[in-house]
Amino acid sequence: MTLFRHELRQGRKALLIWTVIIAFMLAVCILIYPEMESQMTEISGMFSDMGSFSAAFGMDKINFGEFTGYFGVECGNVLGLGGAFFAALLGISALAKEEKEHTAEFLLTHPVSRGKVAAQKLGAVFAQIIILNAAVIGIVTLSTLLVGESPDVKSFALLFLAYFILQIEIASICFGISAFMNGSGSGIGLGAAVLFYFLNIISNLTVDAKFLKYITPFGYTDGADIIVNGCMEIKYLSVGLVLSVIGIVTAFFLYGKKDIQ
Amino acid sequence: MNAIETVSLTKYYGKSRGITDIDLTVEEGDFFGFIGPNGAGKSTTIRTLLGLICPTSGTAEIFGRNIRSRRDEILADIGYMPSEAAFYHNMRVREVIRLSADLRSQDCRKEAAELCERLELDTEKRIGELSLGNRKKVSIICALQHKPKLCVLDEPTSGLDPLMQREFYAILEERNQEGTTIFLSSHVLSEVQRYCRHAAVIREGRLLVSDRMEHLGHTDTKRVTVRGIDTPPALENMKDITSNGDTISFLYGGRPDVLLGALAALPLTDVSITEPDLEEIFMHYYAKEDI
Repeated sequence: MTLFRHELRQGRKALLIWTVIIAFMLAVCILIYPEMESQMTEISGMFSDMGSFSAAFGMDKINFGEFTGYFGVECGNVLGLGGAFFAALLGISALAKEEKEHTAEFLLTHPVSRGKVAAQKLGAVFAQIIILNAAVIGIVTLSTLLVGESPDVKSFALLFLAYFILQIEIASICFGISAFMNGSGSGIGLGAAVLFYFLNIISNLTVDAKFLKYITPFGYTDGADIIVNGCMEIKYLSVGLVLSVIGIVTAFFLYGKKDIQ
Repeated sequence: MNAIETVSLTKYYGKSRGITDIDLTVEEGDFFGFIGPNGAGKSTTIRTLLGLICPTSGTAEIFGRNIRSRRDEILADIGYMPSEAAFYHNMRVREVIRLSADLRSQDCRKEAAELCERLELDTEKRIGELSLGNRKKVSIICALQHKPKLCVLDEPTSGLDPLMQREFYAILEERNQEGTTIFLSSHVLSEVQRYCRHAAVIREGRLLVSDRMEHLGHTDTKRVTVRGIDTPPALENMKDITSNGDTISFLYGGRPDVLLGALAALPLTDVSITEPDLEEIFMHYYAKEDI
């Protein structure tokens, strides 16, 4: 557990910054809702009537004029993308940062097996994701109560669960990628997150690209789909879980016999 | 039992050479110097022994245990000081020392405090504020505080001032008398010669020689540069003689009193006798003799 605690300490500043930024942006979105609501009736029609643009963000399916629908789309962009970036950076740097900062020679010459190092680092990554989500959910609940809205609790819970799984998946995939690298891969991590995000947008645009939803975790976190269907798409979700496991197994397998530079 | 024993240990990085067929034996309780110029393969050998990199072929044992299958047990007995003393920038010195002890599940506070005092290290400072020399001290403490059976030190004295070097070697000699095996790499011949009982010389990835210090030749070679004469003094054991105007420079491997006697008779305006680069010694002795 020493290394787990050490990882959390090392990451606390970044965790605080990301949590504050994401929670703050969500809170702002919620707090300006009452003002927007009065104009929503007209805007809502417009938003859902912008053809492909509406489809890309799922605004053709849900009622943007209702709080749940509004939040589903906003949440998708802020928590979805923000959380994905955070998870990608955590996952990609967990193992690789030791080599980049030349601390690997210090850490890995202690009597702790590579497997335990990877396990505790992965544990710390997941713990930080949990902390971020818990804090964000707290702030969102508080802001929602402040503006006096009573959203559909089940949809909200599903949304947050979906984003949490998305972050775990992206972190796991990046964790797997990082075992291949010797230096910093934050670019690759962020790139992967952005790529996944756009794959979902493309798949929303055309039926021919619908299969992309299997690849990207944004496929099962689409706020519009979750709110309309009342559940996550199990077929997309299961692919996501398989990819997560592959990422983690790859990381453990490679890191166990990797040459540390 | 041998502290370190390698058999045909070989490591290639892709196609480029790391080390080739290293057969090295270090007895338990020895004070062993591992000498070679930069890039010769010293660090590669050490990093292979510590399990940071996997050998391409060959085997190695530390205290009779295979380095690959029983890596974690071995690491518990080793104190390692990397050539590059890098730590987590934002941590305080005492936090790093504590982390190292915690990762070994040992309470080393008393020993750590003693070492910090002897090395005059301020434990409240952050790693990022430290000079190279002070980071080296942190590295020394992390390598020694848990009283390991074997100390593996990669270029330990680079960056330490002479006073600290002396204190450092004093600590090592105490530990060695208590039974700790010391294995250190260096490209400074004089310090290896002063402190080590055995030494091995590595060059271009191959072990040239491994023997008792006093059996290794040419380790007391000096680079002599004199001004004021245009023909070199008539001495034996001279190599690599170069002259430039009134300045003559050569490597001298004989007795110092003979050298000084010969120089005293000459009308010199300047003289300097310095430690030669390891490279020079290798070039003019080991390479030609092809040991």
